[in-house]
Amino acid sequence: MRHIISILIENESGALSRVSGLFSARGYNIESLTVAPTEDASLSRMTIVSIGSDDIIEQITKQLNKLIDIVKVVDLSEAAHIERELMLVKVRATGKDREEMKRVADIFRGRIIDVTESSYVVELTGNTAKLDAFLDAIDRSLILETVRTGVCGIGRGDRILRV
Amino acid sequence: MQLTGAEIVIRCLQEEKVEHVFGYPGGSVLFIYDEFFKQDQIKHVLVRHEQGAVHAADAYSRSSNKVGVCMVTSGPGVTNAVTGIATAYMDSIPMVVITGQVPTAYIGQDAFQEADTVGITRPCVKHNFLVKDVKDLATTIKKAFYLAKTGRPGPVLVDIPKDITAQKCEFQYPKTIAMRSYNPVVKGHAGQIKKALQILLEAKRPIIYTGGGVILSDSAEQLTRLTRTLGFPITQTLMGLGGYPATDRQFLGMLGMHGTYEANMAMQDADVVLAIGARFDDRVIGNPNHFSQVTRKIIHVDIDPSSISKRVKVDVPIVGNVPDVLDEMLKQLEAADAKADSKALAAWWKEIEGWRSRNCLKYKQGKDVITPQYVVEKLYEVTGGDAFITSDVGQHQMFAAQFYKFDKPRRWINSGGLGTMGFGLPAAMGVRFANPKAPVACVTGEGSIQMCIQELSTCKQYRLPIKIINLNNGYLGMVRQWQEMFHGNRYSESYVDALPDFVKLAEAYGHVGMRIEKPADVEPALREAFTKHKSDLVFLDFIIDPKANVFPMVAAGKGLSEMILAEEL
Repeated sequence: MRHIISILIENESGALSRVSGLFSARGYNIESLTVAPTEDASLSRMTIVSIGSDDIIEQITKQLNKLIDIVKVVDLSEAAHIERELMLVKVRATGKDREEMKRVADIFRGRIIDVTESSYVVELTGNTAKLDAFLDAIDRSLILETVRTGVCGIGRGDRILRV
Repeated sequence: MQLTGAEIVIRCLQEEKVEHVFGYPGGSVLFIYDEFFKQDQIKHVLVRHEQGAVHAADAYSRSSNKVGVCMVTSGPGVTNAVTGIATAYMDSIPMVVITGQVPTAYIGQDAFQEADTVGITRPCVKHNFLVKDVKDLATTIKKAFYLAKTGRPGPVLVDIPKDITAQKCEFQYPKTIAMRSYNPVVKGHAGQIKKALQILLEAKRPIIYTGGGVILSDSAEQLTRLTRTLGFPITQTLMGLGGYPATDRQFLGMLGMHGTYEANMAMQDADVVLAIGARFDDRVIGNPNHFSQVTRKIIHVDIDPSSISKRVKVDVPIVGNVPDVLDEMLKQLEAADAKADSKALAAWWKEIEGWRSRNCLKYKQGKDVITPQYVVEKLYEVTGGDAFITSDVGQHQMFAAQFYKFDKPRRWINSGGLGTMGFGLPAAMGVRFANPKAPVACVTGEGSIQMCIQELSTCKQYRLPIKIINLNNGYLGMVRQWQEMFHGNRYSESYVDALPDFVKLAEAYGHVGMRIEKPADVEPALREAFTKHKSDLVFLDFIIDPKANVFPMVAAGKGLSEMILAEEL
């Protein structure tokens, strides 16, 4: 099962390596990991996507809670939540492909944020499946470069993660 | 008052009432060592290798429940200390490790004696800090002590760059510390405890299974009361020995890979297991799939939630400090005025006595060759069962655990989790500093003892009258045992062909050495060591049966009840 784990962690040097070290030392899987400071600069918010059985995910949350720098841990996927990922794709855009690329980007509500004579950079946000679908929808041979942020997520409604 | 970083370190240690620091000086801790020189409140113990400093501080803590403190220099000082830190981490020992670091401006420049201490030690500490500002130094040390001894204890490391120890700032030691990210649970959930008691009182074939958590939390007294009130059989892990009197009838002996027949059978067949401060590890329950073939209810008391349902599924988890939980259990038990099912219990005990009557630890001591079990039994008799026993790792460790009956906690000091050879001798030094009048023996083997043999020199400097019980069979015995049983008798690199003359070696270090080769000489030699040479370090080199093996044995990957017994071979 795929789980999205959200973490509030003290914004201190080395905090990230404590988390990533825990995953590698105990053989847990990381699909993606994102981290940035919150509105309170002393705290960082981290989102980890991991795949594992319920037992493993339970161990992961317990082990994360044990790290001294971690303030809070929640498994977002336990209840209603929203997840988003940002992707930038540089594509070859010449001749008839130029028009086609613009159309597909529009269908996916992507934005073209850089234009040259021969290329576009398309910006796209959505859940992981949507970004995958976009890459499937365009001609693979036109893709020059892709970069994705990994998933970040937030609980719906009254589910709030803060200190 | 303005103090330098080095002065602050010493003042902080004084504020924490630290009496002994085990360490080894070097370039980046020179300012701190200069401050040691100028005071006499804290005694610094100079070891011969950093590994020894950490093991000594570790055992100092194990035998006293004070926080052990050690200090090493940057680079190789730290890398030498890592084995000791990992040893303490695996056994959850409260310890503060202070390490020197190259000056702040040199960090990352591959400077002389630079190592990424925080990075190297991260996986084997409860937490670690790199101090980047002298103003943070006192608070950081306060945090280190607080973290080390609260919650599930463990080693905490403070890395201090040399320039920080020279800079000055206003010193104030914080009285208390609060961390929003660290709030360990103390009290167990009363509802869960009630539920647990219900299950315990209805149990037909119960067993109490306890580990190092009982020792670390000083709850042997409560455990003994609870066990006697319930009338249940009790077994302990290697780390838990001494948590309940080993000479008591309700004690079934140690369980696990080299546990007793009765303990392992009872653990496997129980319908209710009350696990306290133990973690169902691979050396304890064997193959978890085999273990879970039997339906039983498991109640698990532990301060660390991540220890619960890690290897086996638990029915009633109780997260809390062991003594608090046991107090609450005893209170509720008293208030309910309920009794365990005595009829079922009598039948269960009858079955257990049947297992016990196999006398699984029996061995034969002939006239010619000394057996290791006999040496430990005689050591037990000669010391009246009341010595502090440290050990290294291997067959001798198991013989000590099986044959020295620990009635009190904190008397059995060994590296259970990491299994560190070389632990025994420096550990014995730490024990002796924490218990300056107590008899201390290190049960070891000719393989292990050579891993930290240089500490014999430290023992001379501080006149530590440790008795070294060297069970010398010329083999790395446990390796040989596995090779004999699982690798077709191919003794690959387990025979140590060139051993030193340990008697002369002991004498060269200024101690007393004895070689004992005849069974009849075992007891007299031990008596001589503990009486005539009471105040000397005595190295007793027992030449033992080179083929002796440890039984019972649960082979790796086998189920707990699938034991190999001595008589079957």
